[in-house]
Amino acid sequence: MSAVVRIAATTLQEIRIARRNRWAILATLLLTAFSLSLALFAAGQSGQVKADTLTLTAASLATLSVYLIPLIALLISYDAFSGEMERGTLALALATPLTRSELCLAKFLAQIAVVGGAILVGYGVAALAVALPARGATAAGLAAWMRLTATSLLLGAVFVSLGIFISALARRTGTSAALAVGLWLLLVVLYDIALLGALVAGGDGLFATRIFPWLVLANPADAFRLFNLVLLDSAPVAGLDGLARNLPVPPTAVLAILIGWLLAAVAGGIAAARRLKP
Amino acid sequence: MTAMLETRALTVRYGRHTAITGVDLAVVNGERLALLGHNGAGKSTLFKAVLGFITPASGTISIAGHAPGDRGARCAVSYLPENVAFHGALTGREILRHFARLRGERATVADPLLEKVGLAHAAERAVGTWSKGMRQRLGLAQALIGAPQLLLLDEPTSGLDPVSRRDFYALVDEVAARGAAVVLSSHGLEEVQNRTDRVAILSNGRLVADGALAALAAEAALQAQIRVTARQGEADALQGRIGGRRCNGIAVEVSCPVPDKFELVRRLASDEAVRDIDVRLPTLDDVYRHFSERGRTEE
Ligand SMILES: Nc1ncnc2c1ncn2[C@@H]1O[C@H](COP(=O)(O)OP(=O)(O)OP(=O)(O)O)[C@@H](O)[C@H]1O
Ligand SMILES: [Mg+2]
Repeated sequence: MSAVVRIAATTLQEIRIARRNRWAILATLLLTAFSLSLALFAAGQSGQVKADTLTLTAASLATLSVYLIPLIALLISYDAFSGEMERGTLALALATPLTRSELCLAKFLAQIAVVGGAILVGYGVAALAVALPARGATAAGLAAWMRLTATSLLLGAVFVSLGIFISALARRTGTSAALAVGLWLLLVVLYDIALLGALVAGGDGLFATRIFPWLVLANPADAFRLFNLVLLDSAPVAGLDGLARNLPVPPTAVLAILIGWLLAAVAGGIAAARRLKP
Repeated sequence: MTAMLETRALTVRYGRHTAITGVDLAVVNGERLALLGHNGAGKSTLFKAVLGFITPASGTISIAGHAPGDRGARCAVSYLPENVAFHGALTGREILRHFARLRGERATVADPLLEKVGLAHAAERAVGTWSKGMRQRLGLAQALIGAPQLLLLDEPTSGLDPVSRRDFYALVDEVAARGAAVVLSSHGLEEVQNRTDRVAILSNGRLVADGALAALAAEAALQAQIRVTARQGEADALQGRIGGRRCNGIAVEVSCPVPDKFELVRRLASDEAVRDIDVRLPTLDDVYRHFSERGRTEE
């Protein structure tokens, strides 16, 4: 019971700090601006394509969010522990009955709330902008939109917990910032390029049919994008995303991959926080 | 009486560097202990080991029967680090209310505490705009939340002005009177002299003295220094009669046990060659240096 009080109090305090630092507002503005411009672009296109605007927007947002949400989540979380170690605020908190696992959980919840709030507001504004004018929304479009929102929250949670993990490993903000940038580049950019390269080099052999799809799905960012694209028949799909046409597992199993990443990162964060010497 | 804090043969290492060696220390309820020692003597390290932040290489620590860092210990202990820091974007009241919740107290205890440490006027301002002494007092307020049984205060008076310093020791008296044990580290010998019950001196990680300051002074048996200035041209003759060390052309310095000093002064005063006498009694600094250096030469 008192553990709940401590976690809740710390979560609220962390959210307060994120708001004072303008992180919350900045993340929200960024996501709103991007989703709104994609939505307006899709609205302009909708005459030429048979899909409705909402579905089109969901497809392009899924492709954009895969870069943006990990970036925002890592920017907010990369100094969760290293920043406190450097400022010297950690010693005070850990001398109270608050345990490291509780602190880790509270930071995680607070940052999910900030990233999640930004996603809900940003996507929400874009959806309204598309759906309010006539013929914008269909049932299929709405379903795609909900899926996109839910999985974006999950993707945000994965990268927030990865960021917290990094921040507890590094002990210095400089190091954790470098690690965060590296992780983002690796998972979001380089991974796909390397896989495509391997695919081209490997031809149509065993690698392309058996190993490649699993390697793509193992990456949380790719899993997120494929899950959203596979359910959009009408959306244009190309490149790595061509895999969306023949996934080796049912789409819901892709979600399990994201949840697996989330649990592993949270466990890693708690383990690393336990080893901090404030 | 059982000890609130007890360490036995405590040794703490940072990698290959040994910061604390074989320290035995006990503090009972209601006792105020001053931890003294040169820079790098191991005072902060001792606090961190008691808090469970560092695992000892060997030896044991018990906090009211609990191991460092476990639930019981965390509830019993409160801590003020030597460089206290807070998140600058938060106000004093927000910070204190937060720590109250962490300690299982109602958030409403914050305002009376801010009043108590003289920060009520600044409660609404972001801590980033506070002075060093104000932050130090907030750290102290934070350590007073609830009813901690053991207060670990690492250089609590650094950065405090003389009046705040006096107020601080009044607060320490208050919590000690309530039955809490207080361990505070300090570099100010005068200020801990009448404000603590006992001093423990660390030197190079070893405990070289542990007792009341008066008892330590007696144990050190330091000598009084008497500087005798001779009349023109009589210094050599004077030194021949009374012995001692020659300081310059006209002065001789002799030392004697403190209880014998008056007899010596009486004898010197009747000497025709003496022009002036200056008596210097051993100070707290001398007592401190005596023990601290003893620890260093034992290295
Ligand atoms: N994190 C650390 N890693 C390695 N060595 C350390 C660490 N912290 C302290 N030390 C070493 O341990 C010894 C004791 O340091 P400590 O901070 O306990 O001294 P102190 O008595 O508090 O000194 P001061 O009066 O300057 O605060 C020093 O030699 C210091 O260099
Ligand atoms: Mg220190």
